Amino acid sequence: MDNDLHDITVTVNGVSYARRVESRMLLSDFLRHELGLAGTHVGCEHGVCGACTIQLDGEPVRSCLLLAVQANQHAIATIEGLTDPDGAWHPLQQAMHDHHGLQCGYCTPGVLMTMTAFLDEHPSPSEHKVREALSGNLCRCTGYQNIVDAVLAASAKMRG
Amino acid sequence: MKPAPFRYIAATSLAHALALKAEHGDEAKFLAGGQSLMPTMNFRLARPAVLIDLNGLDDLAFVRCGDDATRIGALTRYRALERDAGLLARYPLIGEALPEIAHPQIRNRGTLGGNLCHADPASEMPALMVALGAQLKLQSASGARWLAASEFFLGGLTTALAPDEMLVEIELPASPARSGSCFMEVARRRGDFAIAGVAAMVTLDGDDICSNVRLVLCGVGEMPVDAGADALIGQAITDAAICDVAAAARALLDPPGSVHATADYQRHVAGVLIERTLTTAHLRARHGQ
Amino acid sequence: MSTRTLGEPVKRNEDRKLLTGQALFVDDVELPGMLHAALLRSQVAHARIVRIDVSRALQRPGVIAAYTAEDLGAFWRPNAVVVPPPPIPGSIFNARTHGPLAKGKVRHVGEPLVIVIAESRYIAEDALDDIDVEFEQLDAVVDLEAALRPGSALVHDDLDSNVAAHVRQSKGNYAAAAARADRVIKRRFHYEHGISSPIETRGVVAQWDARAGQMTVWDTTQAPVFMRNGLAAMLGLNERNVRVIAPFVGGGFGPKIMIFYPEELLLPWAAMRLNRPIKWIEDRLEHFFATTHERGQIHDSEMALSKDGRILGVKDVFLHDGGAYDPYGLTVPINSQCTLLGPYVVPNYDSTFTQVFTNLPIVTPYRGAGRQHGVFVMERLLDLAAHELGLDRAEIRRINLIPADVFPYNNEIIYQDFAPLSYDSGNYEPVLDMALEAIGYAGFKAEQALARAQGRHIGLGLACYVEGTGIGPYEGAKVQVQSNGKVSIATGIGTQGQGHFTVFAQIAADQLGIAVSDIEVVTGDTDQFYWGAGTFASRGAVVAGNAVNEAAKVVRQKALKLASDLFECSEDDLVVADGRISLVGVPGKFVTMGDLAASANPMRGAVKPGTEPGLESTQYFGPPSGATANGVHAMIVEMDPRTFDLKILKYVVVHDCGTVLNPMILAGQIQGGVAQGIGNAFYEKLCFDDQGQLLNASLADYLLPTALEVPRMELSHTVTPSPLNPMGIKGAGEAGAIPVGPLFAQAIEDALDLPSRGIELLEIPLSPSRLYELTRKAGERE
Repeated sequence: MDNDLHDITVTVNGVSYARRVESRMLLSDFLRHELGLAGTHVGCEHGVCGACTIQLDGEPVRSCLLLAVQANQHAIATIEGLTDPDGAWHPLQQAMHDHHGLQCGYCTPGVLMTMTAFLDEHPSPSEHKVREALSGNLCRCTGYQNIVDAVLAASAKMRG
Repeated sequence: MKPAPFRYIAATSLAHALALKAEHGDEAKFLAGGQSLMPTMNFRLARPAVLIDLNGLDDLAFVRCGDDATRIGALTRYRALERDAGLLARYPLIGEALPEIAHPQIRNRGTLGGNLCHADPASEMPALMVALGAQLKLQSASGARWLAASEFFLGGLTTALAPDEMLVEIELPASPARSGSCFMEVARRRGDFAIAGVAAMVTLDGDDICSNVRLVLCGVGEMPVDAGADALIGQAITDAAICDVAAAARALLDPPGSVHATADYQRHVAGVLIERTLTTAHLRARHGQ
Repeated sequence: MSTRTLGEPVKRNEDRKLLTGQALFVDDVELPGMLHAALLRSQVAHARIVRIDVSRALQRPGVIAAYTAEDLGAFWRPNAVVVPPPPIPGSIFNARTHGPLAKGKVRHVGEPLVIVIAESRYIAEDALDDIDVEFEQLDAVVDLEAALRPGSALVHDDLDSNVAAHVRQSKGNYAAAAARADRVIKRRFHYEHGISSPIETRGVVAQWDARAGQMTVWDTTQAPVFMRNGLAAMLGLNERNVRVIAPFVGGGFGPKIMIFYPEELLLPWAAMRLNRPIKWIEDRLEHFFATTHERGQIHDSEMALSKDGRILGVKDVFLHDGGAYDPYGLTVPINSQCTLLGPYVVPNYDSTFTQVFTNLPIVTPYRGAGRQHGVFVMERLLDLAAHELGLDRAEIRRINLIPADVFPYNNEIIYQDFAPLSYDSGNYEPVLDMALEAIGYAGFKAEQALARAQGRHIGLGLACYVEGTGIGPYEGAKVQVQSNGKVSIATGIGTQGQGHFTVFAQIAADQLGIAVSDIEVVTGDTDQFYWGAGTFASRGAVVAGNAVNEAAKVVRQKALKLASDLFECSEDDLVVADGRISLVGVPGKFVTMGDLAASANPMRGAVKPGTEPGLESTQYFGPPSGATANGVHAMIVEMDPRTFDLKILKYVVVHDCGTVLNPMILAGQIQGGVAQGIGNAFYEKLCFDDQGQLLNASLADYLLPTALEVPRMELSHTVTPSPLNPMGIKGAGEAGAIPVGPLFAQAIEDALDLPSRGIELLEIPLSPSRLYELTRKAGERE
């Protein structure tokens, strides 16, 4: 089969990108290798590990289960856009640092893109709610406790 | 784990999507949420020649609650169901089952219609739709038909959809007064496919006599298993009667077994869950959900 | 900055990059003109290769090359054994290692047959479908016991059986001890350990610079220096012309150390041949076959006891599934054999194991590395003994603990580092007491009865273990003060998330009076530090940490000498703090470390004979033998007695790993280890059929614990420093994972009254379905 190519325009972290992509290119590969936004990580390519989680129109989704062409005319947020332009961390980035919520750091971008959206929707979650929300992100290093603590601390901080 | 090549077409309207499907038939797959299809394509277990993307068809994503029935567009994402307080108040069974379905990121993307058409035997929603007495609207370029959910599922990953048809809408009848429901499942981890799951609904009359009961299981057969429980109708529901229903259902089940559970365990747990869900649904019917 | 940072929960230097998506992992390496590889892997476990035809694949647009074993010519040869077997008299070891591509036969599902190199990974995967392979299928060797029966198919045709190794180690006289024992407990135990499954799979990028004659390889390896040396030898290059970079590595837990994985050889070889950079990233499906596993052992074990519960001796005969090849020697079964002894006095020990070749993927160490298997046997034997002798399970452990006043304690057998298994130091009883206190052992029986009256089934588990850590041979470090006042530390060890960028900085910070955040650690780049071994066996902090300390001490001495010359004062009058050296009692009289470093590299004048330019030092540290950490885990679970659903209500760890460098990082290591132990005990299982096919090769079916399965843990520590290194450190990387199996078995038995029903849990992993099966069988017996 000839390559099935499509012209797409995708906004990532507020920047508009126009590219020609093959229809089968996964969004995760597009972000990482076409746009050079390698902060989004790939762990399983079957939608279980959560490392590739990004936000599509504000909702956390697995970028390995989306085609790049499906992102045409949509807005994406990735880990690279989480820090303020002036360099200030999101409260959850700071809390992850403070609470040792990462070890190898490979699952971390997915965790951040999942849980920052969660905190926006649930400003004062219980520990159990945090764990439920986090359950789609596998971490093999931390045992989750410090991530949970970081999310709870960030929620307190964000409530002020 | 990259998909094999295919031709991608973003449908611009329902008519467009149906025309494409009519043209390409089994060679083509509809792409809704993609949360089941994309993994199988990444593993190259599915290799559709044409992928018809439905995600631009916003008019297929809706929840309309009415007095007699509720209509749900097939492209409605789980997340939209979770956020629809009116729907969850009318059908608490759905609210109870949603958190058991995969994980938040999957529910943000996955659609009700896509899930039903995938027809995974361990999936929760097919069983729920059968329990709730849903009617499914199947449409093709040449017309539409309505089919009961109980007749839609024909086997593992197999439905009554013709090659040119699309599931476009799900209609749920209103629950009668004095109804209670309960969904429970056993899975290895929260969010995994069910080893056994049970959706139970009980309706009582003014004298607390059971006037209707629905009992549908997932994970224990090739498709949703309607375990009957009609034996309860016309009597006051007791623990003993519930145990009888569970025992009868256990005898009827022929679960497949898997790496996670033996068939024996599945049968056993299905029985336990039948007892627990019927008990809870009965209590909720008596005292309010 | 005069405060000590060691022992403090200093936040990590490496977090900034990781939290902002700026850390470089192997798959992030993008090079101009880069090609992509995919491997055709065997779909069958055991077969003779009749024919491989890649001609159709080569015709596919975008495909650059497709190589089979034949194409490799003289480059094809079996791996050297990474770790040779220890010199234990009477041992048998049949070294049979894999080559870069299967030749003649395939011996496990997933063994690579062809490497395809194409313009993209997508095209490379397309081309795999174009390759025709003809096999003559052979019976698969899967069952450990059947593998040893006469007439079994042979994994390696040139051997007369599937025995990979046979080792017996003993101390004292078990038979005599058993003869005079009041009670001998005999059981058969099965223990399966799964796969490490780091969230980052393996990956390699190879770049050949033909003009410079320079090979650069980015690799997810845990041992870059060994990789560099091996690659240079294989490629016929000087070691100096090969650079191996293990950048940020997304978890490893052991299997990322195996040398060589086929891809680690094939990519550099093909990059030279094609003169283009090539990338291969293992996908998750490949990971289930192409990265090494741990798997099963079957133990026939017995324990001889006096009636008051003293261990008189232990006898253990076990089979170890080594998989199709044995490149990692005997590390895993030796660990099982040695770690079984635990913190207990075992006067007589007789242990024999047979490592078996099977048609399953290769087994090499994964966090715990066989220690779990041994601890499970010992702890279960003690539980059974307590039950049969009517003793309390905490008491039977207590009375058998090695007393604090007999260390170093020599177990008289050989450990994985070839040294005698001698425990360097320990004080075990307080650890047990703290754990009992923390879990509420004294009041638990009453609590349990109360819960039972409410229809709730709760149970308590308790398990002790030791962990041999921090083995040699050595690591080195170069500590260098730069003229901007910042410090660079280079070491060869590699890292996989353990916080080395911070802990090594803390060590230097305390010696040099420079802020941790001003100390940059470079690790895993062979051009930055030439020598080293790797990150394994809970040794990073112990071995490399002490090397950093030694180097930093020398730099400190150099700085003091320079400053005392400058101020014409005694070194005793100088204070090292806040990035400067100050003269005591003379405000304003100081020199910054940066200026000292600059002055140590003068533009004019002469460097004095016997001195070196710069403010730097390279030092090495090699411990004579491993340091032994220890701990106790305790847990309370609640069981649904009908569905066997399990919920952990409380989890306690008390641990002693000597001097604590950073309690925050240590806690993280323990918590992560426990999470993996929980997976091992109750969720993770590799399910093979009798043809050697893996039935659950996806993360949907191989069940890694999520945030909902792993509980909050309460951690505490005692500190018994190791005398084997100046800092008193013991390793901690594997401690969390080791005792979780027996803990689950005991707690579940306790919650469901299984011993009184004649049900014993003698296997790991457990699952609700398996528990149902065991209880139902017992019900039928009744």
